[in-house]
Amino acid sequence: MTTTVPVPYRVTAATPETADTVSLELEPIERALPAFSPGRFAMVYAFGIGEVPISVSALRGRLVLTVRAVGAVTGALCQLRPGDAVGLRGPYGTGWDLDAAADSDLLVVAGGLGLAPLRPVVHQALDRPGRFGSLAVLVGARSPGELLYRAELPQWRTSVQVEVTVDQPDPTWRGTVGVVTALLDRIDLRLDRTRALVCGPEAMIRHTARALLARGLPARRLQTSLERNMRCGTGHCGHCQLGPLLLCLDGPVIGYERAEPLLAVREL
Amino acid sequence: MSTTTTPAAEGAVIGKDGLATLVDLLRARGFTVVGPTVRDGAIVLAELESADQLPYGWGVELEAGHYRLREREDGAAFAHAAGPQSWKTFLHPARVRQWRAERSDGQLVIEEDDTPPPRFAFLGVRPCDLRAIAVQDRVLTGGRHRDPVYQGRRSGAFLVAVECTEPGATCFCASMGTGPAAGPGYDLALTELVDADGHRFWIRSGSPEGADILAALPTSAASEAVCETARQAVASAADRMGRTMPDTDLRRLMAGTLDAPRWDDVASRCLTCGNCTMVCPTCYCTTTEDVTDLTGDHAERWRVWDVCFDLDFSQLHGGPVRPSARSRYRQWLTHKLGTWYDQFGSSGCVGCGRCIVWCPVAIDITEEAAALHDWADRPDGEP
Repeated sequence: MTTTVPVPYRVTAATPETADTVSLELEPIERALPAFSPGRFAMVYAFGIGEVPISVSALRGRLVLTVRAVGAVTGALCQLRPGDAVGLRGPYGTGWDLDAAADSDLLVVAGGLGLAPLRPVVHQALDRPGRFGSLAVLVGARSPGELLYRAELPQWRTSVQVEVTVDQPDPTWRGTVGVVTALLDRIDLRLDRTRALVCGPEAMIRHTARALLARGLPARRLQTSLERNMRCGTGHCGHCQLGPLLLCLDGPVIGYERAEPLLAVREL
Repeated sequence: MSTTTTPAAEGAVIGKDGLATLVDLLRARGFTVVGPTVRDGAIVLAELESADQLPYGWGVELEAGHYRLREREDGAAFAHAAGPQSWKTFLHPARVRQWRAERSDGQLVIEEDDTPPPRFAFLGVRPCDLRAIAVQDRVLTGGRHRDPVYQGRRSGAFLVAVECTEPGATCFCASMGTGPAAGPGYDLALTELVDADGHRFWIRSGSPEGADILAALPTSAASEAVCETARQAVASAADRMGRTMPDTDLRRLMAGTLDAPRWDDVASRCLTCGNCTMVCPTCYCTTTEDVTDLTGDHAERWRVWDVCFDLDFSQLHGGPVRPSARSRYRQWLTHKLGTWYDQFGSSGCVGCGRCIVWCPVAIDITEEAAALHDWADRPDGEP
């Protein structure tokens, strides 16, 4: 068996998260892929249309992938209903380095869909108390309607500090308005023992990292998950290069020490 | 005590008849023999049914954006530098079906395309291209995952290298350390000699399978004089390279010049056509095409060569990461000469000169590297 051939999985639940985003819960039809871990991704095949890389967004029992409809393949995936089949390859890439984070305070900062690859980290912290020190989750979304996992957040709040902000409030919004970096002032950032995991649009990643570094967090204790076009997931198609990195192998999770100079170059 | 200091004679000598026997023998053993032949005004790589199809008496005239066949009076078969194709055409095909999928009643069945690949014997692998095959070996089979298509075609391939004695005006293998002598990796190596003593080939084996084939050829002993003549011919070719890559740490040069104004200069000339990537013997990038038949229940996955000069190559949901020609040329050159080391442990350039020859606007990789080198070395304070 080679890693270029997808393995059939069945959709067991398709949960709308926002107007254009769906979480697909999947189970293997026969053979299962090796176990995924937080931050790693699958190549997901929509029959006859194509394949896209999607980071896992939950690993509690069944595999969950959160997909936003932005093109032909993701559009087709968002139309799937329970009982439909997809092809899956993986797990691919390098995930969040959580072993290094054991005993550290975890600071999770997510922008938009960037919360999806970070959700399994939050789940691990909730499911295995004591694995990490304290956990704070800062979430930014463009509008209240684009906030992911809204029903789940109250449950997180019972044991974790969760702060949410939106850029464009609607009339029902009673929460914070503004960029996600403004939420950093609400947490007790213990510089000597905090590890930050940041994911979102690249501009949000850069601003968040800059704000954290300015507060004195060393770049080596900041990880981020980056996105590039990917066709294979196995390091052979050349699409996911970011300077010296092949994000499908070296990433998508990258230490910020390596990412920072690369993100500073325009159109790299 | 010995009084001689010349290297000992090694290998053997074959004539044109021996070369013909080599092709026949390889075919008889089940190999698909591929080698250079004249077609459509160029020396192309194609399946050979006999050694008669080799380009005896043909050479090439090369310049930036220029390729012409030239007749040669000496009747040499391998007195030509790289043509438009390279061996990746056969080892890493431009278009390959990876698998088929069928859908019925909610079931999905996906089957790998396991058509056995041909067993290739490549006749006339130039030293630069021998190195290019080693580079693609590392890219496609040397990492965490192996590409099954490449591996299937590569693992049974028999390589007959031919050393270079007639470099072209666009060649620079000597400055890349990849030629004109054949490095390791061949099963057989030939050096062609045409002089007063006749038309003959000095032949050595580099593998047990090569030695086995060599033993079945009509050979004569290689005298010390023949070995020395051949070595001299190859050594003198190193002094006749038409181009030179700047003698500097290219990986550092590329990493340190990402903001150089030269990228704007080359972008004003580059058509972003991607010819350089098609002819490059190491460029390996691919994309995928998913197709269905009219019923919509049968689908196929095809993998095709892709080009980093295309806007789609870096497409994300928000648009391409590299919208400008400047950034796309920079991606190609810095990958080839620089970040290839980070990813695969060597340069991605072997000095074959194909990208110079087949560029429609005559962009010269050595000239661009030299310009970046000059900029990096400029006196302080200059822009």
